[in-house]
Amino acid sequence: MKEVTLNIDGKETKAKEGMTILEAAKEIGVRIPTLCYHEGLSPYGACRICSVEIFRDKRSRVVASCTYPVEEGLVVKTDTERIIDIRKMIIELLLARCPNVKVIQDLALEYGVKETRFELENENCILCGLCVRACEEIAGVGAISLVNRGTRREVATPYYEPSTACIGCGSCAYVCPTGAIRMEDKGDTRIVQGSNWKTEFKLKKCEVCGNYWAPEAQLEYIREKANLPPDFFDVCPNCK
Amino acid sequence: MPEGLAKEVKREEIEALLDKYKRQPSQLISILHDIQAKYNWLPKEALVQISEGMDIPLSRAYSVASFYKAFKITPRGRHLVRICLGTACHVRGGVRIMEKAEEVLGVDGGETTPDMKFTLERVNCLGCCALGPVMVVDGEYHGKIVPTKVEEILKNYD
Amino acid sequence: MPKLNSPAELEELRQDILSRREPNKPCIAICAGTGCRALGCDRVIATFKEEVRKQGLVGKVDIKETGCPGFCEKGTVVVIYPQGICYFQVKPEDAAEVVSQTIVAHKVVDHLLYIDPITNEKAAYEKDIPFYKNQMRLLLGNNSKLDPRSIDDYIALGGYSALAKALSQMTSEQVLEEVDKAKLRGRGGGGFPAGRKWKTTRNAPGEIKYVIVNCDEGDPGAFMDRAIMEGNPHSVLEGLIIGAYAIGSCEGFIYVREEYPLAVENLNIAIKQAEDYGFLGENILGSDFNFTVSIYRGAGAFVSGESSALMTAIEGKVGEPRSKYIHTSEKGIWDRPSNLNNVETWANVPPIINNGADWFTSIGTEGSKGTKIFSLVGKVNNTGLVEVPMGMTLRDIIYKIGGGIPEGKKFKAVQTGGPSGGVIPEQFLDTLVDYDELIKLGSMMGSGGMIVMDEDTCMVDIARYFIDFLNDESCGKCAPCREGLKQMLKILNRITQGEGKEGDIELLEELSRIVADSSLCALGGTAPNSVLTTIKYFRDEYEAHIKEKRCPAKVCRSLLSYYIDPEKCQACLICLRNCPVGAINGGKNLIHYIDQEKCTRCGTCMEVCPSRFNAVEKIAGQAVPEPPLQEARVIHRGKS
Repeated sequence: MKEVTLNIDGKETKAKEGMTILEAAKEIGVRIPTLCYHEGLSPYGACRICSVEIFRDKRSRVVASCTYPVEEGLVVKTDTERIIDIRKMIIELLLARCPNVKVIQDLALEYGVKETRFELENENCILCGLCVRACEEIAGVGAISLVNRGTRREVATPYYEPSTACIGCGSCAYVCPTGAIRMEDKGDTRIVQGSNWKTEFKLKKCEVCGNYWAPEAQLEYIREKANLPPDFFDVCPNCK
Repeated sequence: MPEGLAKEVKREEIEALLDKYKRQPSQLISILHDIQAKYNWLPKEALVQISEGMDIPLSRAYSVASFYKAFKITPRGRHLVRICLGTACHVRGGVRIMEKAEEVLGVDGGETTPDMKFTLERVNCLGCCALGPVMVVDGEYHGKIVPTKVEEILKNYD
Repeated sequence: MPKLNSPAELEELRQDILSRREPNKPCIAICAGTGCRALGCDRVIATFKEEVRKQGLVGKVDIKETGCPGFCEKGTVVVIYPQGICYFQVKPEDAAEVVSQTIVAHKVVDHLLYIDPITNEKAAYEKDIPFYKNQMRLLLGNNSKLDPRSIDDYIALGGYSALAKALSQMTSEQVLEEVDKAKLRGRGGGGFPAGRKWKTTRNAPGEIKYVIVNCDEGDPGAFMDRAIMEGNPHSVLEGLIIGAYAIGSCEGFIYVREEYPLAVENLNIAIKQAEDYGFLGENILGSDFNFTVSIYRGAGAFVSGESSALMTAIEGKVGEPRSKYIHTSEKGIWDRPSNLNNVETWANVPPIINNGADWFTSIGTEGSKGTKIFSLVGKVNNTGLVEVPMGMTLRDIIYKIGGGIPEGKKFKAVQTGGPSGGVIPEQFLDTLVDYDELIKLGSMMGSGGMIVMDEDTCMVDIARYFIDFLNDESCGKCAPCREGLKQMLKILNRITQGEGKEGDIELLEELSRIVADSSLCALGGTAPNSVLTTIKYFRDEYEAHIKEKRCPAKVCRSLLSYYIDPEKCQACLICLRNCPVGAINGGKNLIHYIDQEKCTRCGTCMEVCPSRFNAVEKIAGQAVPEPPLQEARVIHRGKS
């Protein structure tokens, strides 16, 4: 793998070809804020909070560091006035959309965005798409997706009905930065829900200890994929 | 069966379409066009069947169907009224035509009349800019129309 | 039809077709493009066929259903060959006269000729009609001479000779070099050098490469590509096949917007014919070059015309843009090198190959070579498609070709570049049409939409219109565009509804800067141009809306009132009956007045008031006069 030399905020560093600016920055401890990035999932480039300014010849350009590949001789600045203005406005816009979401409030505090000049809504989802990517890339079932277009865009199951593809693994809830997707186990039932949809799962009961430990659908999915015998999951991991 | 609500989805018909496009997922949009041409909208059973046939998640078919304006995931009226609101038509008063149509039909743009007779749609340019404002009903183009003509034209459809 | 296996066989076929055509046989060429269809050309065509039959001329006169000749304002357009006589606004009832007078008696039908609006002189031939004679119709010129559904027509006019030359006399590198030397820049909007993109794709690693025709033409007000695709689909196919040869691609895609059904139809026919003749498929014209093409349809999304979004749509996914840091010419469809160009760009390739790069570079300016087709629409007399050499001034296009502003109104601005472009005011009318010159003004060439606006156009409303359009069309993926345009639209809505506040203009400018800087794709990246240019050149209109709650152009409904002038009203009851909310008071012989509380400012009364009375007017920025007293409203008629 070829290595390239680039300069981030005055620090020179080497990075492997194919890495993104964000990854290279992480390695040398330069912190760039993100909302739609997760190192276990493919980068999406939607929130634009990770924007940085790159300089080449005499020109500069604003790019999303989570998707921009490192290049030989690249000069990157992560906190110029132009970049700070961008971050502050994006935060202000998202604060209007999701005033009660902690991760946005935290960013607002960090960047000194005290108020938003825009009309308040009351969404919980910041449309980062992490849940959809987790479902696609980790669970591999694509139970939820981004539907509609533009300002009507939202995360949903097809027809907003309980999903038959969902296995109740909860990957979406784990990666959700705002709590817009919640997962709860109540007795023998697991509920996974977003703002407009809800799916319920029967949990499997361990034949030994009697505890409900995982959704039957999820276990069935894994069992089939890995070609395991029908009674493989009848006993929970603790009792095995 | 209420008028305007399409014919029943026949599994064989969907299978034939899947065969036509060799079940290739890249042909999703093409197959959705064909289904809508046949049934006047995209019934859920059709989407379920093509997802299975193409081996793609239903969520992908639903995302694509909901993203594009041309695709209707709720039943459509018998007659499709499209009013151009491209820039040239706008400058020539296209908004008034749209308002008149909304008034005559009693629905907003994007909606279908309760008797399933008309679906009214705003289009962001039909490419007949020299003839603006333009209204198309069931593929029949009416150029240089004025608000007073809207009702006259729509009266001809039953 | 047996396949053509060599350039020689193609030439033989061409000569054969020509020999079976009498050059002096009369031909009635009727425009069958979508525009003329909207004016009822189907009935014109049917009536002409009927008349030819009635007058015993079947077989002695040809009737051709052709592509769009561009003068859409005067449709239905009929051209009589071999003389080239142009008839305009032809109706079915004119057919009999045209056949008996022009075809049989060789006389011109006067009332169907072009009349110059100033001199009142009539002109029968293209070379004398200002709309046509000032154009350079290299791409559109053949539209009225051929039936788009006839490959033989295309071949008769020299079609596919460029392909034959490329495959038999040039290497693929030489073809690429020629297009590169010609400095052909993309006609879809970006103006990126085609040769450079072709080179990148050709040199990108990977055996399988794709070529793509972008016929999504989403800019509202632009229909150049429609005219080419509907009217001369083979010209695009030929360019695409040559390009594929140069790049090393064996598979092509043509993405056509869903709103162009006739283009899809004609293209399907053209592809089938090209396959039959051997211009598509294996061993084209006897070479070892293979190429196939398939059509993909859009489904009503402007953003899917963006090149990376288009490629994602071809993959069968939601057509939203992807990160473009790695060029699609290196990683496009299925991560394979993909060369996308606009319809008009591809259509320029055969002439370049036939006539050479030097010929092409002799036309246009230093930075912009060749011709460009513009859709000249809006408040202009001669609306339609105009093809001019790069470097013509905006003034010449709008006045010499366009015939100026109708109804004696004053020019205000011309909008170029679609929603990504900006408005250009009067002081810049002498700007040369050139990619870089237009960018300097804050606008851009774009795909070719040229929308003329007059004194009755409100520039704030125009900005609002474009932001509304882009907000509707935004895919919603990235926060700056989705949230930023939403807020910009709210502000513009408030301003046009009389609720603008101090600081709104500055906030619009701030949002514009951020949205332009940080959006993922060019939709968001260029969205603010209409707002920024209207603020730059027409700030006074914004300020009038905000500070005085007045719309100088009298367009924004919340800021104006309708008023019936009692001096002019003749109490005809027409407006009273048509008012949708019953806001008009009056009766027979009783002068009408509008109840301002009930009035919704729909403008119907103004539309229906007979023009000989012209009693309804718009009032902006001042109070509406009180209605006259009851006694003063009575009109006394008849014997006194």
